[in-house]
Amino acid sequence: MIIAGTGSALPTQVVTNDQLTEFLDTSDEWISTRTGIRTRHILGEEKLENLAAAAARSALEQSGVSPEELDFILCSSVYNDYMAPSMACIVQGLVGATCPAMDLNGACAGFIYALYTAQAYLKAGCRNILIVCAETPTKMVDWTNRATCVLFGDGAGAAVVRAGGEDLSFVLESQSRTEVLVGYNPPSNCPYTPHQPAAQPLFMNGQEVYKFAVSTATRGMQRLLAENGLTCDDIGHFVLHQANLRIVEAVRARMKQDKDKFPTNVERTGNTSSASALILLDELNRAGALQKGERIALSAFGAGLTAGAALLRWQL
Amino acid sequence: MTTFEKIANILKDYINCDLDDIKPETTFESLKIDSLDMVEIIMNLEEEFSVTVEDVSEIKTVGQLVEIIEENRK
Repeated sequence: MIIAGTGSALPTQVVTNDQLTEFLDTSDEWISTRTGIRTRHILGEEKLENLAAAAARSALEQSGVSPEELDFILCSSVYNDYMAPSMACIVQGLVGATCPAMDLNGACAGFIYALYTAQAYLKAGCRNILIVCAETPTKMVDWTNRATCVLFGDGAGAAVVRAGGEDLSFVLESQSRTEVLVGYNPPSNCPYTPHQPAAQPLFMNGQEVYKFAVSTATRGMQRLLAENGLTCDDIGHFVLHQANLRIVEAVRARMKQDKDKFPTNVERTGNTSSASALILLDELNRAGALQKGERIALSAFGAGLTAGAALLRWQL
Repeated sequence: MTTFEKIANILKDYINCDLDDIKPETTFESLKIDSLDMVEIIMNLEEEFSVTVEDVSEIKTVGQLVEIIEENRK
């Protein structure tokens, strides 16, 4: 599988930590020292599907693949405006494609799960697949809860993947642990289902999520390296899910690597769920930071608990 | 080495301080250790002592941490 093009789009509205102090008992110092986050982009008047389509168009343009040439669209989206149809179907229409389209939900690890799925579909006969990660976690949190609402931002990333080149290697891991991280759909008014709980915001046990993130990201990437007979020195960049700068730093310390090999953008974007690693990959790609032929290790982790790591060779 | 001495050494390495600065009554706040540092330290201790510590939110002093580790080792 070859990544033939990438794209990303962030909402125009930027919210600083200081702006959050207008209604939350928090501070720029508290948020930035514990998370690294200084600003995040939050959907205002724009719609998530338009960000998703903008990211998709950029990826298509870079790849040289036309919308008509797509064989499949896979969209990773934990939450968006629609219960149905899928975000993938909406993006299909917006970019002018006609291929089958469906969503998948791998929580914050969704980009890795989409790559894993895409590689299987390419082996099954598809030639060109559009992956889109479109997320608005700012709609999942309670904006009176300072422990969670400060962490997130909205955004979309896209990648066009094509058959050919080296297979990506994957290490995926899921543990069913809803007591650690869970978000519920709002209750319905179905008269035959009594005693539905009231609407509940996203719940997160930060300590356990941190432990899971640091340990599985380190373990997953170390296993990928070992299985491929590589060491950290063979990797050009480690592109991690941008949940929290301290998590990236903790993984980097365990892998004993320099800062420039663990790029970050969480400072500007907050946690954009499954879109984050793809947005970062696109920013590196557009900045010319990735060398053709270099190996890249991807790692993401989130609710489930779910984690995934992938090893690829950059071909652009 | 006692549990306290082992933990004091791990803390010393983590925050680069003097071993003499760490007493059982020393608070993590005074060592400028925040909740995420605590989780990092706990992850190190879990490995060192082969224990699992579920909740660090109530641990305020080095002595309390020693107690919890010893409790979990039983």
